Amino acid sequence: MKILKTIVLILLIAFLAIQFLPTERNESDVIPKTDFLLVNNPPENISTLLKESCYDCHSNNTEYPWYNKIQPAAWYLEDHIKEGKAELNFNEWENYSDRRKNSKLKSIINQIKDDEMPLSSYTLIHRDAILSDAEKKTLIDYMTKIKDSLE
Amino acid sequence: MKKVKVTTAILAMAFVSLTAMSCKDGKKENSEDAMHSEMNHDEMNHDEGMNHDEMTVSNDSMDSNAQTTDAKQVLADYMTLKEALVATNKDDAAKAGKKLENTLNGFDVNSYTAEQQTELKDIIADAKEHAEHIGKSEMDHQREHFKTLSKDMMDMVAITGTENTLYQQFCPMYDGGSAWLSMEKEIKNPYYGSKMMACGKVQKEIN
Repeated sequence: MKILKTIVLILLIAFLAIQFLPTERNESDVIPKTDFLLVNNPPENISTLLKESCYDCHSNNTEYPWYNKIQPAAWYLEDHIKEGKAELNFNEWENYSDRRKNSKLKSIINQIKDDEMPLSSYTLIHRDAILSDAEKKTLIDYMTKIKDSLE
Repeated sequence: MKKVKVTTAILAMAFVSLTAMSCKDGKKENSEDAMHSEMNHDEMNHDEGMNHDEMTVSNDSMDSNAQTTDAKQVLADYMTLKEALVATNKDDAAKAGKKLENTLNGFDVNSYTAEQQTELKDIIADAKEHAEHIGKSEMDHQREHFKTLSKDMMDMVAITGTENTLYQQFCPMYDGGSAWLSMEKEIKNPYYGSKMMACGKVQKEIN
């Protein structure tokens, strides 16, 4: 019983200690002129879908959930957002060359088609980010249209 | 007593997730280390080839066929990748993808004109992403990325030229029609492998 108490105490201290470690927050009020939505000006339903299902990890501004205040959840999020933005940042869209836009669009289409995006670990909590089959089709059709206009 | 149990459970969960996190970080560092050492290794190779490279460039800088060592290595890595896809070998393809990513990272474009440099940098940036994904994906994804990567390679060759004859080959069945480059005339399909090995035709001979 004594050992158990010690272990609990150590864990408790560790848990408390990591709460003080800083995390980088992905937040910005400015939407740059290069943003996908500003450049392509898609219909309202498309913008809503993109903002709800993609922009948290693929733009410079994340709408954080409550548990981002608690470690180690915050680290987990930070990691995902960093990775997501490195792959594709919708805010930087117009800075990509046509060649790269083409590659990104192809990946967007394939990932939505194969249900790889949005990530299941993300939709687990963000239920409104889940794309219905109809929404998937709407997005894919729109992205295909933009892709074809590049070629 | 019940309280203690609950607290223990909560803390155990926190601990497990923490451990998972630190494991993940640890792994990452390791792979980064591996990357570093590989990169150093590559840079060394690169240095060895350097003198030769500069000589070639200064000798025939006006010749559009002056293919630099870097450009040659990129193509060689691409061909290794293609062979792995023909053999439907995911692990070899991943390895080749990582190798190609490294080579692209060290691609020196200084011997080209400003306009060519811009174009090449764009091609390299794009190809690097495809190579990176091929390095960590399943076969079907590897092939998807290989298609766009092949386009990048064709555009690169149009700038860098090639010393060996290349064959641009085309399979009309894969993803609405897809091309790739090969050193041999004979068709060995990287998009289907043994499923449809001979599907395709030579579209163009590049000298």
